[in-house]
Amino acid sequence: MDVIEASNIVKRFGELEAVKGVSFSVKAGEIFGLLGPNGAGKTTTINILCTLLKPTDGQARVNGHDVIKERSQVRQSIGLVFQEPALDDYLTAEQNLRFHGYAYGVPRNVLEPRLKELLEMMELWDRRKGKISTYSGGMKRRLEIARGLLHHPRVLFLDEPTLGLDPQTRRRIWDYIHDLRKRENLAIFMTTHYMDEAENCDRIAIMDYGRTVALDTVEKLKDGVGGDVISIKTEDNEEAVRLLEGQYKFKPSIENGIISFTVSHGEEFLPKFVSGFPIRLISIGLRRPTLEDVFLKLTGRNIREQEVDSMQKLKNMAKMRGH
Amino acid sequence: MAIVFRTIWVIAYRELVRFVADRPRMFSSFSMPLIFLLIFGAGFGRLIGQMMPGVDYIQFMYPGILAMTVLMTSIMSGISIVWDREFGFLKEVLVSPLSRSGVLAGKAIGAAIIAMVQGAIMLVLAPIVNVPITLGKVLALLPLLLILSLSLSGLGLLIGARMRSQQGFQIVMQLVIFPMMFLSGIFFPVSGVATWLEVLSKLNPVTYGIDAIRQVFLGTEVAGVTVFGHTMGIVDSAIVVAMVGAVLLTAAIWVFNRQE
Ligand SMILES: Nc1ncnc2c1ncn2[C@@H]1O[C@H](COP(=O)(O)OP(=O)(O)OP(=O)(O)O)[C@@H](O)[C@H]1O
Ligand SMILES: [Mg+2]
Repeated sequence: MDVIEASNIVKRFGELEAVKGVSFSVKAGEIFGLLGPNGAGKTTTINILCTLLKPTDGQARVNGHDVIKERSQVRQSIGLVFQEPALDDYLTAEQNLRFHGYAYGVPRNVLEPRLKELLEMMELWDRRKGKISTYSGGMKRRLEIARGLLHHPRVLFLDEPTLGLDPQTRRRIWDYIHDLRKRENLAIFMTTHYMDEAENCDRIAIMDYGRTVALDTVEKLKDGVGGDVISIKTEDNEEAVRLLEGQYKFKPSIENGIISFTVSHGEEFLPKFVSGFPIRLISIGLRRPTLEDVFLKLTGRNIREQEVDSMQKLKNMAKMRGH
Repeated sequence: MAIVFRTIWVIAYRELVRFVADRPRMFSSFSMPLIFLLIFGAGFGRLIGQMMPGVDYIQFMYPGILAMTVLMTSIMSGISIVWDREFGFLKEVLVSPLSRSGVLAGKAIGAAIIAMVQGAIMLVLAPIVNVPITLGKVLALLPLLLILSLSLSGLGLLIGARMRSQQGFQIVMQLVIFPMMFLSGIFFPVSGVATWLEVLSKLNPVTYGIDAIRQVFLGTEVAGVTVFGHTMGIVDSAIVVAMVGAVLLTAAIWVFNRQE
């Protein structure tokens, strides 16, 4: 059964069209990732699925309930971790969880053992009596994930669950997520703009400027790039690019003085290329494509860089003014 | 309907837990009325002496200070919804199956309970500042304080329902709370002053709350606001406050539901 079915969701904020007709479905027990740069419309999409925003157009069902007409059923059946923290700083971890339990009508005899189980799982049991104002960013995130699970939801939405956390904490959060999926067989819908993290998902929708530009498993998306990624550094990069485009019919891209392009059967290609290429090579490398390459191929841009992020914002602003 | 009741108690419960956890807030909502009582009482008390036959200034002012405690706490708790919004906690509430209207009702009730606790502590202080108090008076005061605090938290919620950031706070403080406090007969009787002052005071619902409370303490002969020739009794005043409160709370719920 599909736990989430979204068809042609559109969301406009005045002039700005933040989501432009997005469709996908998520199966029970699946980890589904929504990947895209800042401002792509990920949070807006989540908010629509979670009934916090009304779509301008299109429909969505979550756990079989319509997100516009059956809001309270949807709300009862989902857990959500927001992009920004949504805890009460003055309360303790335990008090925050209890509030959530009461709000979702979790029976008391279920609530207490569940609370203990989740706090132990997130390794917060010892700190349960600590106020949230004394928690670190990573602890808050873990607590919010625990809270999102307290009422046994069937889908857990995670909006950038690892944003701003150090690598170890990020890995640990991923371990929890995999563990959870096994234990509770729940579907996880998450957004991220970390490409490497998206690899943890079963399927990914890549979102850009409010549209999904691709939707598939990580492997299939990578296969779509078309083989292996070769990156070279030469004594004359401009001339090399011209040659690669003209003679070799590749679509090279250049970044930080490194030219990359994709070929099928890279291992066989490499020796031939090295002996035949007229410009002196300084370095050469071959790797399997990453999601980064997928994104680059689909959009012609790089997702990770700050410059791109701010460019994105500028473009969005320009778009808002333009129309 | 069951969900509305559950919402009310969950939200009120959180307000209380939070109030107990937030010591500075607890302390600050007391300190101002207490300072007013002690300093004004001691300062003006000597100067003014008897307000009316048998009533010295502190006895006149004490009921107003009691109301002021309730006023500050209620309005502040109502506006606290802005904090919830700014620190993100409101989203947790909004994405839960709790009812939107119940959220505001729960906040108002939570605020009223807190205000009542503070009012009770002020009542304990009454004998210390030489204000006679009896069990009968306390029993008459409780419903009045409850109505007043529910109404004023309605006002706080109405202000907070729209506000996006705490920046508006200072303005509210200066444009709403202070005028309401000074134009309410806390410090001086509202009749026999300049006409504009009298009119403004009589438009202020807090005036009626304070007057009713004062009548409980000092008897009906001493106080009583006259509107269009009718002198308001305790019950009349309580009805005015309750009606204004009902309008404010309904408006707050409406604004809140429409926005979120
Ligand atoms: N309430 C709103 N009013 C107006 N514009 C909005 C609103 N919420 C979002 N937007 C705009 O919609 C676009 C998509 O925003 P959204 O928050 O969904 O992006 P995102 O993919 O979650 O980005 P990020 O990675 O930065 O979280 C942005 O251009 C944003 O400015
Ligand atoms: Mg976002």
